[in-house]
Amino acid sequence: MTLNSRIPLGPLEKKWTERKDHMKLVNPSNKRKHTVIVVGTGLAGGAAAASLGELGYNVLNFCFQDSPRRAHSIAAQGGINAAKNYQNDGDSVYRLFYDTIKGGDFRAREANVYRLAEVSVNIIDQCAAQGVPFGREYGGALANRSFGGAQVSRTFYARGQTGQQLLLGAYQALERQVASGQVKMFARHEMLDLVLIDNRARGIVTRNLETGAIQSFVGDAVVLATGGYGNVFYLSTNAKGSNCSAIWRAHRRGAFFANPCYTQIHPTCIPKSGDYQSKLTLMSESLRNDGRVWVPKKKGETRPPDQIPEDERDYYLERVYPSYGNLAPRDVASRQAKYRCDEGLGVGPGGLGVYLDLTDSIKRLGKAVIAERYGNLFEMYERITGEDPYTVPMRIYPAVHYAMGGLWVDYDLMSNLPGLFVGGEANFSDHGANRLGASALMQGLGDGYFILPLTVGDYIASGGIAKADTNHAAFKDTEREAKQRLDTLIGVKGNRSPDSYWKELGTILWEDCGMARSKESLERALSKIPSLREEYWKKVKVLGVGEDFNQELEKANRVADFLEFGELLCIDALHRNESCGGHFRNEYQTPDGEAQRNDAEYAYVAAWEWKGEKQKQELHKEPLVFENIELATRSYK
Amino acid sequence: MNGMKLTLDIWRQKNTSDPGRFVRYQVTANEHMSFLEMLDVLNQDLIMKGEEPVAFDSDCREGICGMCGFLINGSPHGPVHGATVCQLHMRHFKDGDALTLEPWRAKAFPILKDLVVDRSAFDRIIQAGGYISTRTGSAAEANSILVPKEAADRAMEAAACIGCAACVAACPNASAALFTAAKVTHLGLLPQGQPERYDRVLGMVEQSGVEGFGHCTLMGECEAVCPAHVPLEVIPRMNKDFFKASFTKRR
Repeated sequence: MTLNSRIPLGPLEKKWTERKDHMKLVNPSNKRKHTVIVVGTGLAGGAAAASLGELGYNVLNFCFQDSPRRAHSIAAQGGINAAKNYQNDGDSVYRLFYDTIKGGDFRAREANVYRLAEVSVNIIDQCAAQGVPFGREYGGALANRSFGGAQVSRTFYARGQTGQQLLLGAYQALERQVASGQVKMFARHEMLDLVLIDNRARGIVTRNLETGAIQSFVGDAVVLATGGYGNVFYLSTNAKGSNCSAIWRAHRRGAFFANPCYTQIHPTCIPKSGDYQSKLTLMSESLRNDGRVWVPKKKGETRPPDQIPEDERDYYLERVYPSYGNLAPRDVASRQAKYRCDEGLGVGPGGLGVYLDLTDSIKRLGKAVIAERYGNLFEMYERITGEDPYTVPMRIYPAVHYAMGGLWVDYDLMSNLPGLFVGGEANFSDHGANRLGASALMQGLGDGYFILPLTVGDYIASGGIAKADTNHAAFKDTEREAKQRLDTLIGVKGNRSPDSYWKELGTILWEDCGMARSKESLERALSKIPSLREEYWKKVKVLGVGEDFNQELEKANRVADFLEFGELLCIDALHRNESCGGHFRNEYQTPDGEAQRNDAEYAYVAAWEWKGEKQKQELHKEPLVFENIELATRSYK
Repeated sequence: MNGMKLTLDIWRQKNTSDPGRFVRYQVTANEHMSFLEMLDVLNQDLIMKGEEPVAFDSDCREGICGMCGFLINGSPHGPVHGATVCQLHMRHFKDGDALTLEPWRAKAFPILKDLVVDRSAFDRIIQAGGYISTRTGSAAEANSILVPKEAADRAMEAAACIGCAACVAACPNASAALFTAAKVTHLGLLPQGQPERYDRVLGMVEQSGVEGFGHCTLMGECEAVCPAHVPLEVIPRMNKDFFKASFTKRR
């Protein structure tokens, strides 16, 4: 089958208008006759559920947490980009589009990214109207800060809690719809599988995490906004519950998985301190506005940082990238940190850290200004490490953060399965091989508020969706399979916990498919993962019963999917014989250690099709056509 | 770095109808772990012994999602102000400490299992008015409404609430006043929140009563334990709006 991205014809800046002008519409009084299932309540899911509810559709919204307000979007710190040009520094929709394409190392679709830049301005309007307490100037206008990969200030923020405030805005809009009865909320419900009827996505099977009850829900369309798969590495900045199960189950039902090897390693995280560690904590990229990253010039340096004189420090980002300096994009900054640590110049336990130093800014601006900008981040750093960042430079190290890959979607954010829409981090659409800072919030809300509510409507209005209910054999079969799988997990009664397998998988992936990959390392990982998975189903130990509140069973079910997905991640990384963005293959680099793309052979989206257990996945290619931007070597020097 | 041996008395309760009881456990931790990582270690031990692990809620583990929380020796989120249990590190404890862990105790929060409670009452308080009614797509240009920096900063202070419910757990009356007032204040300080300001406060306060939360007597225990530093002053502000609304609103 060929992948049809359904990008509208016409000039770039007219495509979205053109698409909207010709969408089929559902008459207002008919909307209530249609049900849309939305899985996930983060920026994309929460915003989509609220907006679809406002339009008059019946919405069923699901999340595994105890409340929709817990979705992991809440943890985003630094900000959200928008091409408002409030700073008069030359920003524009085109420039945001260009920066995002370039930041993604020319591996994203032009049309999608341009639309994202277009709706970015509406997002800020919408959020301000909801009462999101954005940072303000003294005159009352909205304030901006700078972020990596851009030379304009276009990032809007609410202290270091931007994700929290944007999510609460979407959550409040959602709760308004819940109060009106338009949205039915199912918290502590986890999606176990997707149900197809006549090859259309028609519903989901869920497990009530309080009671263990398995239940089906039917609708006219299904929206997955279930976040990224970073937790396949075990240690990441993702929330503990973040998982790939919803998109992986959909993949097994036929939805193509695109570019799984594009994983983002964030340069500024608090280094790991021990084996018991359950997650890694991000320190916002915004700190690089006022912070300077450095390592000692001498190997085995033992002096405390404040006693190392200026000329014995290597401010390596400023040295290597004079024009972007400390604001080089994430993939680039992470790789440079890795090089320094590989050279033996790292600081802190195990030499796995570099300094992020705000001393100069504190001197220049005063402690009060820095505290106002980053106070909550500094507090968090001190809570975790026991060190005061106002007096001692922070130690940071890269960590898995974001998944650029995800389910393949067309321009309408619909997967290759009719009726299955995918929004936010769960899809692959806008960030290419690397995401710029403050763009995830923009994409989540763009998808949720401004794109999905229209495109889902167009799909429903196009007709052809037969009447169905949950007594249909497809639902009954899927329920039975889902229950069987959980019973099998409990029935193994082995001697290793799900966590121990998850950690082992994560270690394999971090070492062999992390910041740098090679044919050799990937083949090694691919020889280890299948046997680990096989062992899992023979030796995993899950206590308790299925018909109960059982957190180990929840975890065991998610880890089983990670063990399958991790293999695809490596297969994709092995097939892509080039380096681009977050995917860095040691064999493909320039003499000065930068990523070397191969546009002639790899300027395409890799979309993988599940062909069954123990079958090789089939690769489909969607060529990336650049009509408006010239492919160039990405340089931040 | 030496292991620190701790004795934990943890509330174990199978489900909402089980009467529940304390069970004593021994665990060895180190000073760099977070409190929840210490419980992860305990749970791994229990699994290997074939005992059911202790259920507790957590998600982001960086103090922002508000999902975690329980009482440590009677204190919500434990002894360190400004930290949720996921951000509470073991360096604040010492070898030989005996700690009692209990779930939030409040009529409005039924215990689901062990340290896990049902906090959906908070969602219903928000449903009763904790929003600004603005349809997607209907917003005006963002800078067409100027917001004085001071108002925006104070709104942010209140909006920082993470909905963890430590305030309710700390309150002798199990009042949800700090949570409710934080949202009333956040939205009430902004020009965008004015049209619904008085309906909002009436709806939310009424719902709080329906849910079974107690009345506020301004003891201030809530402020003392709030990990997000929501200031007590939001409560008098809510009360002022509530009284004004009670006399002027037709409902």
